[in-house]
Order: sequence, then structure tokens, then C-alpha cells
Amino acid sequence: MREIQAGDVTNTVARLFEHSCHYLPPDVIIAMKQAREKEKSPVCRDVLGRILENVEIAGKEQIPICQDTGAAVVMLELGQEVHITSGDLYTAVNAGVRQGYDKGYLRKSIVSQPCFARVNTTDNTPAMIHTDIVPGDRLKISVLPKGGGSENCSRLTVLTPSDGRQGVIDFVVNLVDEVGSNPCPPVIIGVGIGGTTEKAMFIAKKALLRKVGEPSPDPEVADLEREILGRVNNLGIGAMGYGGIVTALAVHVETSPCHIASMPVAVNMQCWCARREEAIL
Amino acid sequence: MSKEVTLPLTDEVLKDLKTGDNLLLTGVIYTARDAAHKRMVEALDHGKSLPFDIKGATIYYMGPTPARPGRIIGSAGPTTSGRMDAYAPRLIAEGLKGMIGKGSRSSAVKDAMVKHKAVYLGAIGGAGAIISKSIKKAEVIAYEELGAEALRRLEVADFPVTVINDIYGGDLYEEGKAKYKGKAS
Repeated sequence: MREIQAGDVTNTVARLFEHSCHYLPPDVIIAMKQAREKEKSPVCRDVLGRILENVEIAGKEQIPICQDTGAAVVMLELGQEVHITSGDLYTAVNAGVRQGYDKGYLRKSIVSQPCFARVNTTDNTPAMIHTDIVPGDRLKISVLPKGGGSENCSRLTVLTPSDGRQGVIDFVVNLVDEVGSNPCPPVIIGVGIGGTTEKAMFIAKKALLRKVGEPSPDPEVADLEREILGRVNNLGIGAMGYGGIVTALAVHVETSPCHIASMPVAVNMQCWCARREEAIL
Repeated sequence: MSKEVTLPLTDEVLKDLKTGDNLLLTGVIYTARDAAHKRMVEALDHGKSLPFDIKGATIYYMGPTPARPGRIIGSAGPTTSGRMDAYAPRLIAEGLKGMIGKGSRSSAVKDAMVKHKAVYLGAIGGAGAIISKSIKKAEVIAYEELGAEALRRLEVADFPVTVINDIYGGDLYEEGKAKYKGKAS
């Protein structure tokens, strides 16, 4: 049994959120630079250039890249040999969110009740915490400050087995077409196929943890990712919807076994400002 | 090349603005998001006045991050405008002339823009750090308890926007998409 102090969890979560809202992962920046080179529309090239300039200013001057510093999504991989001491895990994570959003001057965007009073909790808690128990004696903490604009463009459906591969492609492409400029393209499209409904959306979100454009290790899935990406970029939406050939930076598909009767398909949409960071304790 | 535009937007200025134009705005704008819009329209429904003069005004759909000590404002990029579509036609009919945000508008909002001569201007979503540089003064003027969603009066200089919908019914999202559809491969 390995002991991890709850306070270390808190400090790590705080640091990850504060840092991730000011610095994009290097793979996202590379993908954005490639998008600018590839883009045929001068208007969108200009937009992508200004976005890259914005990212630089954010880091240098410590102004969050985007004012929507998100709902605090936290994914934990907890080794079963780990014992959390001096407090409980989820309280420690939420304390980290509170601390990170306060010290980092990040926006508090969570309301306590979704469909009635909608009163702001003022500290961006509670975090949206997902935990996997895994072998080992480590705790991996991944954070995704998830903006509302792109999250609002996410969607879940349950197709039938006869809809097949083409059904998945049509669902994703039609959704991207419908939401157009709203999710702040160029987007990263997380797709979850299979499982039960809640599992499908969860793996769609997990797909966003992958490095941008890193293909699925399964060749059939990787082929599907390429085909969806091609179709999406042919829609003509472009950066910020101003008309161009880079509507998405990448499509990440995750699959899961599912019931003989169903084929759930979930899309978790991610804006270009794909903030994510992780640490291992 | 960007056109320099001094606010408020008058009919004289609006007639020269065309879909796709890049503008640099200087003057006063007001920020309001979902919750502030709901309250403004409720105020109008009860025959009450709004916290600012809507005639000729420009509203920016934005809720900033908190300002670090010594700074005017935090990150200050646009939010998705479509959520304000339920309220916008009413405010346009009351004299609102400009809206700044990102993302497409409903046909009801577009019709109201043509009918009452108002424009919708796009700011770059997610570019909150660079946009904050154009904000020279910021003060909360109403609904302070809404925090990031409070109504703010901003003084801006050379604030960069692109005309999405002009007073002639033009729509950059539709025109841009039509131009590049099928051009990726």
C-alpha cells in the first residue's frame, strides 16, 4: 500500500487547472500551425494567426487564453494499491479546483441547480470527477477545463446495428454541419461508439485526452477517423465559421463492446482551445 | 485592411458596413449574457427602464475572467450568441444597433436586423487574452450579483470584429461556407 496525502492531490489539481488555462498543450499548437499552413481561405488564415498570437499573449501576460475557463472535468486513474491519507479524495479534488480557480483568476462558471434558480457556486465546484480503478500504486490526474460553447454542441444518439459505419459517419458529419460556427472551430471531435448510452459519452470525452491527430491503434477505427475528418473538412465551415477548409483539427474515435440490439454514438465536441493537462502522483 | 468605426453605430455608419468587413471599434459597448438578457427583457415586460440607453447601443455577449490586481479586466472573448436569440429581436426593436459575439443567429434575429437596421459582429471565440487589450475601461453598472454575468460598461479602442450580418441580409457564415464547400479534398 502506498500513501498519498490528500493535500498533494489538492495542490496538483490547483496547479493543473491554473496552468492549463494559460498554456495549450504543444500538440494543439502544432495542429493549429499546420491548420494555418493548410488553410486556403485568407480570412481563416488570418483568424488562425490571431488565435496563435492570443495563445502567446496568454502565457506571457498570464491572461487566460479563453474567458470560459470551463467546467472542471477531472479524470482519475487510481491505482488499487494507493491509500489516500489526511482526507478524502473527492474533497481534495474539489479543494484543488477552488484553489486553482481562485489563485489563477479563472472564471467561476458553475451554477448549483441546472433548471431553476441557477445560482453560481462562486468557486467553480463541484468538479465533474470520473474515476477508474487500475492496477498499481500511482494516481494519474487528468484535467480538462471544458468550455460551455463546445460542450453545448455535443450529442448522443442510439443507432441500430443496420445503420453501420455509414450511420456513424452521417451522424457526426450532420452534427458538425448543423452546429457550424458555434463550437469555435477548428474543433476536435471526440466520438464514442458502443457501450451503453452513458458509456458512449464517457469514451467520447476520454477520446479528447488523446494527443491531437494521434490515430486510433485499431486500423479500422483509424480509417473511420480519417474518413469523418475528410467529410467534415469538406463542409466549408472553416475557422470560426468564416468559410474555409479546416473545420476540424482531428477526429478521435473510441469504441466499446455493446448490446446486440444497439449502437450508441456520442459526440463530445471540443473547441480549438483544447486545454488538458495531467500529472502522476 | 480594417475600417475604423467610432461608436455609437448610426444608420449613416451602418449603411456602409458589409458582411465580411473587418472593423476596429472605438467607443462604449455594454456586456450582457444569458442571465442579464433575461432580466432586461423582464424589465421591459414590466414597463421598467433598462440600466443603460438601448437606443443606438452595442451589446457584447461576454463574461470575463476576474481581473488580476492592477488590471482593467481579465480574459474577455465572446460567448455563443445563439443563446441570446430569444431576447435579441425585442432589444433590436427597442433600438439596439450592434451585437458582438460568435456563432450563428436565428432567422428571427436576422429578420429583425434587416427590419430595424442593426448588425451582428463576430469576435474571435477563445481569443480572450488579445481582445482584452482593446478594453480601456470596465465597470459593472447592474446585476452585480451575477458575477461574470453582470452588466458591464466597457470603453474600447480598436476593438477587432468582423461583420457577420449586415443590414442588407448578408450572412458571412452562409457565404463563407458556400465558397469553401467541397474544397478540402
